[in-house]
Amino acid sequence: MRTAITALTMLAVAAVLPAAAAELSERVAPCLACHGEKGQSTTPEVPSLGAQMAPYALIQIYLFREKQRVFDVMNEAVKGFNDDDLRHVSDFIAKLPAPAPPGDAGDPKRLEHGRALVAQYRCNICHRADLSGQDNVPRLAAQREDYLVKTLRDYKSRARVGYDASMAEVLQPVSDAEIVDLAYFIARQR
Amino acid sequence: MKYRRSSYHTLLLAGAAGLSLYAAPLAAQQAPAGAPPAAQATPAPLPSPTTNSVLKDAPKSEAAAKLAPVAALPIPTAADKLPVAKLHAPKDFKIEVFASGMTNARSLRIGDKGTVFVSSRVADKIYVVTNNNGKREAKPLVTGLFRPNGIALHNGTLYIAELSQISKIDNVEDHLNDSPKPQVIYNDLPKDEPHGWKFLAIGPDNRLYFNIGAPCNICMPPDTHAQLRSIKLDGSDARIEARGIRQVVGMDWNPANKQLYFTENQRDWLSEDIPQDKLNRLANPGKDNFGFPYCHEGDIPDQEFGWGHSCDEFTKPVALLGPHSAPLGMRFYTGRMFPAEYRGAIFIARHGSWNRTRKIGGDIVVATLNKDGTVKSVKPFITGFLDNNNYLGRPADLEVMKDGSLLISDDFNGAVYRVSYAPQKTSSQISERH
Repeated sequence: MRTAITALTMLAVAAVLPAAAAELSERVAPCLACHGEKGQSTTPEVPSLGAQMAPYALIQIYLFREKQRVFDVMNEAVKGFNDDDLRHVSDFIAKLPAPAPPGDAGDPKRLEHGRALVAQYRCNICHRADLSGQDNVPRLAAQREDYLVKTLRDYKSRARVGYDASMAEVLQPVSDAEIVDLAYFIARQR
Repeated sequence: MKYRRSSYHTLLLAGAAGLSLYAAPLAAQQAPAGAPPAAQATPAPLPSPTTNSVLKDAPKSEAAAKLAPVAALPIPTAADKLPVAKLHAPKDFKIEVFASGMTNARSLRIGDKGTVFVSSRVADKIYVVTNNNGKREAKPLVTGLFRPNGIALHNGTLYIAELSQISKIDNVEDHLNDSPKPQVIYNDLPKDEPHGWKFLAIGPDNRLYFNIGAPCNICMPPDTHAQLRSIKLDGSDARIEARGIRQVVGMDWNPANKQLYFTENQRDWLSEDIPQDKLNRLANPGKDNFGFPYCHEGDIPDQEFGWGHSCDEFTKPVALLGPHSAPLGMRFYTGRMFPAEYRGAIFIARHGSWNRTRKIGGDIVVATLNKDGTVKSVKPFITGFLDNNNYLGRPADLEVMKDGSLLISDDFNGAVYRVSYAPQKTSSQISERH
């Protein structure tokens, strides 16, 4: 199954870039080692990339290359990438299958709280009602819960500086307890 | 409430014609005295707890839920893919690519030796465009800056306004390949991200002027925010020039009477069609209040903060520039290349709306003035950045070159265009020459 999907994705990419396909698969192999080959990460605090918005993915790997988003492993991983490499990799990421939420049904009380917080803080405006994202606004549905908690905390403390001001601004009134329940709910969306 | 359901042209003109006149006392201000520069400092960017969400007042309707700010492309568009062929200018004006390859190209300034300086809001860089034996080249001058949107030049020194500090590089055109680190001259600034980016300009009084925006879409701002502030060139003697201003990303002085004019972006989420963004004039430096958060567009009291106030308490705009149209850069035309009707007029870059289902803006408009400095008309000059409700590009700032041509930055594509004027000779003119 794993091989089949990898082969399929490579085929999809190969249709666009026949000459560069082999090179691209070499390029992305180290990415998939941590981020998961099927779009679903099993590594703590490492995000699932499947079905991520290509424009969002492009902005993030651009920020990693320029060291405007600082995380050593990622800064190192994309160091030598030129603009076309960044585009090809982000297009590749967007075509990976969407991650699946955890198998358990979840605590109904926490899910309800998380759902209410999504509405209260209007996450559903930019990220869409089903949290599938749009353009430069990332897909959130079924993202790893630990990565969501880390990311929201980092945006709030400004350990992570956004491409623009939106997330720093939106998170200022959100408490840490709310961040935890937001992540719990978002991680369980399809 | 006055609700204008008129066409775009009429909107602009109605706004311009309907609004106030001022007496115009000109503040005589002191030139700066020499003082030692402040020590280097790199403050950690932490927001104040007063920050409110951009989405605070977003309505819960399905159509509104589809609206989100439009992000600039991180990778600049290649020169041959830029939308110049789709832009429209009046007869005998030509638009060409001047420089490309600069992520999120924003504010424009031109050095005494002809170097074009280009700032960025999302990249950490200031770029320079140089001319080496006829070959134009764009490259980073300094990196590692935080939201360095504001730049200004004075006597060979480049001033840079980042989110929460202002710094300088002396004799910058002598160090285009080996720029020293900018030296911080002023950092008594809030660190909020919302509207935290600055526009920077040097006044006729040789002071640096910049905005401190409201840290929100709509909120009661702290005393330190929602204002225009000025400092001497060494960073000393800070003073508040105007209050009640939501966010400014463009200002310039009228060469005729030395009054400061500035664009102001009004609040989101009130409705699709109100309030309109403004062109303001500062007739009473240090005294004028432009109404935020009590009154928008000069005549619409805020639903929440407007209670107990009247719009008549505040300084009115000189023109209205369309709802959510995001007028940013503006410059008085001081060149001689363009026809006489443009001399002393204001070119304004409307970045274009996001908080509106049918986008508007994405153009350069030209405001012509009456002798008393009020606005006579506002008309489109260059259009076409907005195509079928999508942005092909987004104009951010303007600058007049020595030869009188006009530069326009496009922060979506990371490029700069040049607009020049060359009247076609009519056949009779040509035959007269023979």
